[in-house]
Amino acid sequence: MREERPEDPTPEDPVVITPCPNGPLLVRGDVMIAPEPGAEPQKPPRRVVALCRCNMSSIAPFCDGSHKLANFRTRPPRYNIGSPREDADESD
Amino acid sequence: MTTTPVRTAAPVARGPVSTALLSVLTGPEDTPEAAYRELASAVENAVETTQDVLADEDLQLSLFLLYLLHYGPAEFVTGNREWDPELLRIRAVLEARFESELRERVPMPDPMPQDGTELVDTMFAITGGAEKPTLATWLARHPSEEILREFLIHRSIYTLREADPHSWGIARLRGRAKAALVEIQSDEYGGGRPDRVHATIFAQSMRGFGLDDTLDHYLDLVPAPTLASMNVMSLFGLHRRLRGAIAGHLAAFEMTSSIPNKYYGRAFRKLGYGEDVTWYYDEHVEADAVHEQIAARDLAGALAQEEPELLQDVLFGAAACLYVDGLMGDHMLECWSNERSSLREVEPAAAL
Repeated sequence: MREERPEDPTPEDPVVITPCPNGPLLVRGDVMIAPEPGAEPQKPPRRVVALCRCNMSSIAPFCDGSHKLANFRTRPPRYNIGSPREDADESD
Repeated sequence: MTTTPVRTAAPVARGPVSTALLSVLTGPEDTPEAAYRELASAVENAVETTQDVLADEDLQLSLFLLYLLHYGPAEFVTGNREWDPELLRIRAVLEARFESELRERVPMPDPMPQDGTELVDTMFAITGGAEKPTLATWLARHPSEEILREFLIHRSIYTLREADPHSWGIARLRGRAKAALVEIQSDEYGGGRPDRVHATIFAQSMRGFGLDDTLDHYLDLVPAPTLASMNVMSLFGLHRRLRGAIAGHLAAFEMTSSIPNKYYGRAFRKLGYGEDVTWYYDEHVEADAVHEQIAARDLAGALAQEEPELLQDVLFGAAACLYVDGLMGDHMLECWSNERSSLREVEPAAAL
């Protein structure tokens, strides 16, 4: 049986940022990146980018895997981003 | 962009199995029973007597040629052989020997992780050797025209088809793992832009270095460990049963890529090569730092979570990638540090 299709997503799908434990921030979605404050924003060459968090990358602001050499350790998220939204209780 | 040209000449046989196989593949379309029988008996004999399947030139070339029927192009093959039942039967005999040797030799972590979350930690632990990539750092210290030429030739066997073996896995996965694999493969295939397909960027590196970018052009020159590296991916990719292993293989591959590629790029730059040659390596430093996270967590980790019975094979695939690619790297390093060529010598008749 086919399920009813959900509403088409809005054209402005939100950008999703995922902090990877001991690694970079993964950024999915239609983003522009300004290399530094005041610089012209540019479109990254891929759909998902990894932003450096350890400050060791040779291609900053992107990740180049150097966090592993630096034995970089992140703290677990302390701010509860994922608290349930008021409208999340939609069982039907 | 030009499309990659096609190899037309059959490769040179390396022993009784590949001799018999090539005579079937290049012989009359209606294969004589005697040719099949000869092949079958050569295979039966070889799987009994080989001491080391991974280093067996004859068997690795034969497996490579049997898998090639599924990838193509293989212009030297007569007729429609992809689903020839006798060739599939022969392949299964070779694969059984190949897989059992891998299962025996590939070191598995101890203790084993118990769930997807633990698996991700284990994956980072076992791929930690990438922090000191021996081959890559050695190349960056001792680059020479001849060594980098050999390096590109070894890599050309897989990289001119980069990502293809893992794509077999897409149809065999579901949910988060499938989405992760597609996300990685989409990037490998240029995200919709033909000039950014990684295999195409690599072909450009080869041309920039003065090499021929025809698929399998250098097949006769590459030794068993290089073929085994490709064959292990085809083995995992072409069997639904081994879908955990192909996912784990890709994850380990991606997780050991960024840092070595930085050194490879450095080696080519040291000799004065420009962006046409180094783009491939620079691209992989950035791309694989992304893929590493997706492959470890959303592909390998999620697959082990969603299909716990596959956890063991995800790790086996990862460990097999490290082991077999390690043999290939060790071979190159051992030859080069003793000032020997890492390639096979070919008969003048088969000159390139």
